[in-house]
Amino acid sequence: MSYELPAAFEEFAAGRQSGFLRVKERKEQGGKVAGTFCAFTPVELLDAAGFLAASLCGMSNETIPIAETELPKNICPLVKSSYGFYLSDKCPYTYFADLIVGETTCDAKKKMYEMLGKGKNVYTLHLPQGIKAPYAKEQWISELHRFHDYLEEAFGVTITDDDLRKAAERRNEFRAARARMLNLLSADVPPVSGTELYAFLDGLGFVFDLDEAIKKVNDLADEMSKHVSDKVTPGGKRILVTGCPIGGVYKKAVGAIEANGANVVCYENCGGIKPLRNSVDLSNPDIYDALAEYYLHIGCSVMTPNEERLKMYPELFKEFKVDAVLDLDLQACHTYIIEGYTIKQLCKDYGVPYMQLETDYSEADAGQISTRIAAFLETLED
Amino acid sequence: MEKYSIGIDIGSTSAKTVVVDENKRIIFTDLQPTGWSSIETAEGIRKLLAEKGFDPAGAAKVIATGYGRISVPYATKTVTEISCHGKGAVQLFGKNNLTVIDIGGQDTKVISVVDGSVRDFLMNDKCSAGTGRFLEVMANSLGVSLPTLCDMAEQGGGVKISSMCTVFAESEVISLIGKGESRENIAYAVVASIIEKVVSQVGRLQGASTNYCLTGGLCDMEYIRASLEKALGFPVVTCPDARFAGALGAAIR
Repeated sequence: MSYELPAAFEEFAAGRQSGFLRVKERKEQGGKVAGTFCAFTPVELLDAAGFLAASLCGMSNETIPIAETELPKNICPLVKSSYGFYLSDKCPYTYFADLIVGETTCDAKKKMYEMLGKGKNVYTLHLPQGIKAPYAKEQWISELHRFHDYLEEAFGVTITDDDLRKAAERRNEFRAARARMLNLLSADVPPVSGTELYAFLDGLGFVFDLDEAIKKVNDLADEMSKHVSDKVTPGGKRILVTGCPIGGVYKKAVGAIEANGANVVCYENCGGIKPLRNSVDLSNPDIYDALAEYYLHIGCSVMTPNEERLKMYPELFKEFKVDAVLDLDLQACHTYIIEGYTIKQLCKDYGVPYMQLETDYSEADAGQISTRIAAFLETLED
Repeated sequence: MEKYSIGIDIGSTSAKTVVVDENKRIIFTDLQPTGWSSIETAEGIRKLLAEKGFDPAGAAKVIATGYGRISVPYATKTVTEISCHGKGAVQLFGKNNLTVIDIGGQDTKVISVVDGSVRDFLMNDKCSAGTGRFLEVMANSLGVSLPTLCDMAEQGGGVKISSMCTVFAESEVISLIGKGESRENIAYAVVASIIEKVVSQVGRLQGASTNYCLTGGLCDMEYIRASLEKALGFPVVTCPDARFAGALGAAIR
């Protein structure tokens, strides 16, 4: 008998659309909205300042042509799409945002934030590009303080250490709940397919009542863990998807994996498990120090060296019983594309087949992507 | 009648069909242009096979490959051209460790075969740089056929095309023609550019065998084979049936 996903799951998966109305309502009641782009955004400060945080990452090809009237063509589609949403006013979250928070992660984003700042209220945090330098943590701590002071002054709020600690506790619970959902894929036959779960994870970027969401997501994880999905091919090869944020390409790529009889069992990306392996250490007496520790240990390829990412793989291989790795990178994402070579070597050391694909949001290469993925999966069967 | 298996490789330029007997020996081959409709081509092949006594309905299996593989309704299974070229080359050249170079119409593939199985592969990106189409377009701008282009290239030298993109390379060729450069030298530059692209692709395949073979439609262009050999520094083998490597690989899978 086929297992139908619970209604609450579908509600979250539709979060990006349904969140519009909730945001509009909250705005009308005098609420404040912050747009975020990245796993490095210290959302605890936004929570403590009373903001609703919504994820603005551009995932659609639709807004790229308008973005290309101001941005070069040969850059990251996520950056172009995000900027296109602003230019075209097609994203209500961008439109309603009282504040947009950026971080100095990649070069394209950094310069795009400057342009976005001409029309929107943009605040950019300066993220250190590595954790080894002794001043890296100090820099990030002082950036967090600077952001705190900015929020207090610009929005007339008070954020105490205690508020921040409470926010961190809540975010820890939320991260743990998300991790539980991702861990559902570690089952031999999971209760949900990779594409379904990705839509769900995406929807969690538009959760505005954290306490309610934490409870619901945990309940879902309890309930779903008892079932198996008929959308998953039993015995299919188990694929770990890694690389760039894939919201704009997962249907094309993960769809091809599933259409060819394999299953995605782990998302290592920033929308997946990458920021969920650690939590904010609440036993640390200095909450800013605790936050800085947590954020700086996110294994993003903008960090040099990026040892945190490499550390994760052997654990993930084991936990998710991974047969092969697909590194899915967005056009012109230099750091992830180049780091692919290191990941390839690591996979080789562990005897795990690896393939890298570079793509964008268009459908132009859908046939090629599908052939490459099918051929890669065939090599696993041989 | 003995059992036979059919492999059909519908590429962007031509459609190749191979029938093998129970001992995997080739008993029939057919080559035809794909034309604008893979579905019609596939239907034409079905009729031809039936006429020749190899009705797909009576085959042990019918495996379709190539970019038009989904357009063969009577196929029992589809397999990508990458696996098929690997398998086909193993049988054609009698070696279990091979690096297969297939310069196809719309994409160029380099495939590393280890112990008879595809271990790794690379395909060109979503453009026609370094493909058979690139050569065709350049031959057209020079007003010659592909074999003639290769003959002319052998006589030429000293000129380089720097654009990898077919569209830009074509304008580069046109400007060379305008400057009065000899067709032989331009032909040389065209082939050299494709060889360079393929060699760099091969370089990215890690741990690949130096047993190189050339499959696909360019297998009877001796100049291409010899140029690859020179650039790679190792022998590159091919054979007249190498254009059927994909279809053969499908038939024997």
